[in-house]
Amino acid sequence: MSPAITFATAGRILAQLRHDRRTLALLVGVPSLLMILLRYVIDDPASFDRLGPTLLGIFPFVVMFMVTSITTQRERATGTLERLMAGPLGKFDLLLGYALGFGAVAAAQVAVVLAISLTWLGLNVAGSVGTLVLVAVLDSLLGMALGLFFSAFARTEFQAVQFMPAVVLPQSLLCGLIVPRDAMASWLERLSDVMPLSYAVEAMGEAARTADLTGVLVRDILIVAGCVVLSLVLGAATLRRRTG
Amino acid sequence: MMNLSGPAVAVRDLRVSRGGAEVLRGLTFEVPRGQVTGLLGPSGCGKTTLIRSIVGVQIVGSGEVTVLGAPAGSPALRRKIGYSTQSAAIYRDLTVLENLRYFAKVLGAGKGDAERVLEEVGLAGAGDRLGSALSGGQLGRASLAVALLGSPELLLLDEPTVGLDPVLRQDLWRLFQSLAERGVTLVVSSHVMDEAARCHRLIMLREGEILADGAPGELRERAGTVDLEEAFLRLVEERAESVR
Ligand SMILES: Nc1ncnc2c1ncn2[C@@H]1O[C@H](COP(=O)(O)OP(=O)(O)OP(=O)(O)O)[C@@H](O)[C@H]1O
Ligand SMILES: [Mg+2]
Repeated sequence: MSPAITFATAGRILAQLRHDRRTLALLVGVPSLLMILLRYVIDDPASFDRLGPTLLGIFPFVVMFMVTSITTQRERATGTLERLMAGPLGKFDLLLGYALGFGAVAAAQVAVVLAISLTWLGLNVAGSVGTLVLVAVLDSLLGMALGLFFSAFARTEFQAVQFMPAVVLPQSLLCGLIVPRDAMASWLERLSDVMPLSYAVEAMGEAARTADLTGVLVRDILIVAGCVVLSLVLGAATLRRRTG
Repeated sequence: MMNLSGPAVAVRDLRVSRGGAEVLRGLTFEVPRGQVTGLLGPSGCGKTTLIRSIVGVQIVGSGEVTVLGAPAGSPALRRKIGYSTQSAAIYRDLTVLENLRYFAKVLGAGKGDAERVLEEVGLAGAGDRLGSALSGGQLGRASLAVALLGSPELLLLDEPTVGLDPVLRQDLWRLFQSLAERGVTLVVSSHVMDEAARCHRLIMLREGEILADGAPGELRERAGTVDLEEAFLRLVEERAESVR
């Protein structure tokens, strides 16, 4: 473990984004735009109060999944990953650097969307904003860790992009956003039980509903955090020093 | 303990398969310290695979590769080896200097090392240019600069002069020779025969086997010609006849 390498890697990720202003604008702007659209499409404050926080948990997950899987695939393709792995860098130095760099971007993204939602869009949140941000950032880390893992199975950037709908859409359909999970067919409900996004979305709803640290909220946060750690370990296993 | 007196690299009966075919077929040779050893041979003969095996990033079938007294790929070697991949391992969305500073931190090279290597490869004027805005030859030199960071004892350079004009090639070969004079060991692959004459020693590969191994003068003498390209062709014929 080397904090110097971790921080250098996080700084490098942020520098890459700084040179790519358009991506940065899309990262922060698109979720905000979608939230605004949602508010006026629904046009019913009570429903928006219920759906808004849920989406706030899904956006950073989706965006970070995509950005990380493509960034990592690119590192493999251009040989920078091979170059890094030939050096003294440890796998977790790299992964934590990614987590820190992308996590910072996710926090900025969540902060902007939340600020717009709470002021202009009139989102009512009974719970604590801090908990909402915490859960949303955890969601983004989950997206990042899964993106890293799945990028190992993509040979090209094109394939990496295709993993996004394959991994993200089923989870979004089953997470309780469209139909409450307990109203789904039992096999679908069981499927949604093993999908991390279900817990992330439930946690966002819970954090928005009440300021109390309920048992469900604590359990959900622990499950999501556990999934982040598990995916990071899986992601680390796909980073090989030696390849064929 | 590192062995400081033995050869820089000792390879014994190295066999490597890639994509189902044996691409290195039992190579045995040594690379002496403080010299420039050229790795020559036609496209697809296994130069990159051999260099990757010495760096320790290639999965090898059998045989031994000992580098600076330790098995290839040992953690202790990771700071002692400089490696430049055949395609430039440079982040296209960072400037040249940002690339070098990042790799310098990862490799534990001192402050100011990025500027030093930039100067050495003749890119001092291009430090603030993005990787995506460099020409092919400039990208290659930026990648070479990464290999020079931290002043490694052993440099493995995969076609570092490809696509460069004669003046730049001359400059780089002077750099390689001055590094060797300071005691650095260099292994440089190329398929340009006129570069071969600048090496202290040549290893000629063909279809995963060593065709010849010796000083340029020896090889010329053996083949009875002053031209190394001619010598290579004659050695190929000689080998074909001895097989028949
Ligand atoms: N990733 C890979 N998967 C499968 N086979 C590979 C792979 N990379 C190289 N090979 C095969 O291994 C053999 C040796 O390739 P290698 O890249 O070592 O050649 P090379 O001498 O470096 O060629 P060049 O001068 O064109 O760079 C070739 O026949 C090639 O087709
Ligand atoms: Mg090659």
